[in-house]
This record gives sequence, C-alpha cells and structure tokens, in this order.
Amino acid sequence: MATVRRVLPRRLVSTSSAGTFPKRVKIVEVGPRDGLQNEKNIVPTATKIKLIDMLSEAGLPVVEATSFVSPKWVPQMADHAEVLKGIQKFPGINYPVLTPNFKGYQAAVAAGAKEVAIFGAASELFTRKNINCSIDESLQRFDEILKAAQAASIPVRGYVSCVLGCPYEGKISPAKVAEVAKKLYSMGCYEISLGDTIGVGTPGIMRDMLSAVMHEVPVAALAVHCHDTYGQALANTLMALQMGVSVVDSSVAGLGGCPYAQGASGNLATEDLVYMLTGLGVHTGVNLQKLLEAGAFICQALNRKTSSKVAQATCKL
Amino acid sequence: MESSQLSGLPEYVKIVEVGPRDGLQNEKVIVPTDKKIEFINQLSQTGLSVIEVTSFVSSRWIPQMADHTEVMKGIRQYPGIRYPVLTPNLQGFHRAVAAGATEISVFGAASESFSKKNINCSIEESMERFEEVVKSARHMNIPARGYVSCALGCPCEGSVTPQKVTEVSKRLYGMGCYEISLGDTIGVGTPGSMKKLLESVMKEIPPRALAVHCHDTYGQALANILTALQMGINVVDSAVSGLGGCPYAKGASGNVATEDLIYMLNGLGLNTGVNLYKVMEAGDFICKAVNKTTNSKVAQASFSA
Repeated sequence: MATVRRVLPRRLVSTSSAGTFPKRVKIVEVGPRDGLQNEKNIVPTATKIKLIDMLSEAGLPVVEATSFVSPKWVPQMADHAEVLKGIQKFPGINYPVLTPNFKGYQAAVAAGAKEVAIFGAASELFTRKNINCSIDESLQRFDEILKAAQAASIPVRGYVSCVLGCPYEGKISPAKVAEVAKKLYSMGCYEISLGDTIGVGTPGIMRDMLSAVMHEVPVAALAVHCHDTYGQALANTLMALQMGVSVVDSSVAGLGGCPYAQGASGNLATEDLVYMLTGLGVHTGVNLQKLLEAGAFICQALNRKTSSKVAQATCKL
Repeated sequence: MESSQLSGLPEYVKIVEVGPRDGLQNEKVIVPTDKKIEFINQLSQTGLSVIEVTSFVSSRWIPQMADHTEVMKGIRQYPGIRYPVLTPNLQGFHRAVAAGATEISVFGAASESFSKKNINCSIEESMERFEEVVKSARHMNIPARGYVSCALGCPCEGSVTPQKVTEVSKRLYGMGCYEISLGDTIGVGTPGSMKKLLESVMKEIPPRALAVHCHDTYGQALANILTALQMGINVVDSAVSGLGGCPYAKGASGNVATEDLIYMLNGLGLNTGVNLYKVMEAGDFICKAVNKTTNSKVAQASFSA
C-alpha cells in the first residue's frame, strides 16, 4: 500500500535528558475539586470530607479541597464552606481552594482558607465563552483578590487553562501561554499550574510550551496539570519532569470527565503518577496503598469504576 | 530549535499491530473465524505495515487461536504488508508455512520460572527449540522475529535483570532473528527501568533491530514507549483498542492501544503511515465482536457516548 511521506516538523527531544529527573516531586491532588466538579453524581458533604481526610492520610502534601464558586454554576461545589470547615487540617499539608472572584475569596477566608487559587486561560475564545470577557479583563478581576491575599499573607496559585490546545481555538501558541503565565506570576501567584484542559497535548507540544514559559517564569514555580482525555497525560508529564518541572497535579482514581468530549476520561490518575514516580526513584511522600483506599472509597461513593490503571490491576475481581 | 547537543527522535516509527494475536489471545470471548478475518482485512487498509495474524499453538493451550490455519488462509494478503505468525515449535512452523505464512515469530522469556510455567521448559531448552525453528525458517528465506517476555518484570520472579534480558535477546538475535521485541509482559516497567534495560541490550544488539512491546497494566505504556523512542528505538508493538487483558492481574488492562500510540506519534511529528481514523473503525468493529468497550482513550474521546 503506497504511503505518502509528508515532511512533518519533528519534535526534537534530547536523548541525554531521557534519564534526568527531579529528586522530589510535589503532587497537588485535585480530585476533590477538579475531579468531583466534573462528576455527574452529587457527592454528600460527609463523603467529600472523608475523601479529603483519607487523601491527607495518604501523605499528599497538597489537597485542593473545593471551589468557592456559585452553586448555580457548579452544584457539586455548593457545600464549599462546610467542606473546608469540616476537613481535618493535617500539619504540613496545604488545602488550597478555588476563588473565581472576590466574593468567593471573602467567603473562602471566612471559612478558614489559608491558600487560594485563581484561573486564567491561554485562549481568548475560551475565556470569552466561559466567563464572557477577554483574558486581560479576567486577570484584572483577580487584582482585588491578589491585593487582599497579599495583605493577609495568603499564597495564591495561578492556573492557566488550554495550554496545549483549546476546544474552540484549536492550536495555542506557546508564546501566548508564556504571556499569561508571566502575568499571573508577576501579579503575585507563587506557582503557575499549566493545564492541558482537554488533554490534546503530546510530549513535543508540552516541551515547546514549557520552553517558552520557562523563559518567563522560573521552573521551580511551574506545575503541569495534564488531562488524560487522549491517553497522553503520563507521557506529557514525563516530558515535563525531564524539563525540570517538579510539581504535578493529578486526581485520585482519575476522577472527572471532560465536558468537551462526552464519554472521555478526565484527569491523570494520582495512583498511576505515583507508580511512575516511585519506579523512577523520585520522592513523593505518598503512600500508594492508602491512596488506593481513598480511590476505592470515592469510586464506590460515585458508583463508578476507577480510571486508574494501577487501581484496576491491583483490584481482584 | 535547540543546540546541536539535542538528538532527534526517529523520523519513522514502524508499528507492529498485535491485536489479532496478542490482543485476541487474552480476550475471553471467542471470536468467530470470519470476524477475525474481517478484522485483519480492515487493519490491512489502515496503513499498518505489519499485522501479527495468529499463533500456531495447540488449541488446548489457547482456544482463541484454534482456527489459525483458516485465518491464515482466509485473510487477504496485501502487497507490502507483512503478516507474521507465532510458531512455538517446529510442528507449528510447518503448519504455518503450509497455511501460507511468510514470516514467523518465536517467544522466549527472560525468566526461568515464567518459561517453565508458560511453555513447560527452561529458557535453554526453549532456545534449542527455537534454533530448530529459526534454522528451518532461514533455510526457506522466511524472516523470524524474536520476542523476549518479562523484560521489565516477571509475575513469578518479580524483578528481572537487564543482563538476563540481554543474554536471551542476544541468543535470539544470534540464531538469526532479524528483530527482537522486548516485552513488558505484565506492564510493571517505568521509564527508568526501560532506560536501564535498553542501555544494556543496546550494547549487544543495534537499536534498529529492537522493538518494544509495552503492556499498559499500570498505565505506564506510553511513558515507557516515549523513553524508548528517545533512546533511538523505532519499532513499537501495540494492539488496536488496547485489546487483551492481563492473565496475571485480574481486571487489569492489556496491550497499549494502537490508537493512543498513533495519537502520540502524530503529535510528535513522527511518520507512521497509519490512518488513525481507519484504525479506530477497525477497533470499533472488533470491540463489538468481543462485546466490550474499547481501552483506547482516543477512541473513547472520539466516539461520543
């Protein structure tokens, strides 16, 4: 069968970097927020609290607890104040919460939040469709939060969505991602989490994006947040680690779907990430067994199967 | 473009489609012969250049492959596409040739316990058996591919040393196998162990004669494959829809899905010659035949529920 050989741009990836990794990786567990937010079944408050407590016991250093967003938009997060007040706050573990606006920030602080997160996007169309304004306008809205957070010594994490592709714009230029990341960093965010929101990225594109961002933001302040919609999350994360990124977001049991691709999977599963990092000799501080228990717990509560392959392999039917 | 220190990935990656053999072999539902043939014919139209058709193994061991002769005779053999078959011994080899096979594979293991459990003999005994097969094959100008199972870990022994894998690979290569496929049979490998393994094997066998065969039991397959590509390997085995389970980990997934592999390779700008959409169609067909949902994330994302 005749095959047409197109001259495709080859993604150059250093073979010399195939073996260098950070010694420690901080895993930011986003299951209770990003994961649950995209699950259809509403989980009772007590269950959410138990999940977060179990994740704390598994040794995760950061557990994103909830989102102070209007219940109109995200019904799953309607109990944000109760969840934040109800969880056990283990010493040494951070429990950031999303604050999409100043009202949410104030409510979060009143409920005891000690760290917050704000969201930008690398796509104008995505921002317009999602929150009806431009990227610049969306970042301006966070000025108030950043000022108040700084005054209260509350660290702020910045998320950038659509870093490897957008459901509306398609390709996203690495320069645009770098621009938004730089803005968030200079506004005072201590860490920028770069999100492949629809999971379309592949390792070469991850590399190109990180190369651009690393010109503007130090790698120690960067995190990757890969969705596994096309099965690429772990390979993309591996590439990020090879580039020096040492903070990775993931979700227990690979919770969450993808609102842009019906039937598709969601976040990178924390269990599968921990498995890889352990195999690489990278320190995470996470107890895989306890993590698996937390995953089993929430899957049962949600009445769904786990999306973690490690959990599937370990489970005896 | 970065500095001249950076080496590129291989320009072209050959995908060896093992769905009809390794995939189906591990599926509970017995697929009728005509469906197997249709499946392989569909795969032949996707641009895949190598499709592993069946296994000339005793039907007592692997009932799914009982119709090996009919399948081999029944498929359309497109010019330019290779259709290797597994031949565990001389008897299987002769049957394969009689049925029209023009390429064969032999399966070794890097673990003594696994070898004994799987094919009821030691590694050395299995090598002697394969020597006979490969010798006969070479005599008839039939290329032989060698597989090494448990390359990154064994369900019985646990860890497997790269040295052992290298020893077995070297033996197979030395007896005349043109390519050695290193199999992470139970999917326990991670990029670090993959790198160590390849560093060892590549001291004895040139990278162009090596392939990786990664199972996705612990979700590590694509990360391991990426590592292999970075080390210069450019032949990758996969199974459409991620067919096959893992007989050693109940409920676990099996082969890396061809669709997800192609997606990554396309994104990396590497040439495969394979049409992703046609592969997804073949995947849809076989999933209906085995009555299960696809294990390919690309397929899941593309076919709206």
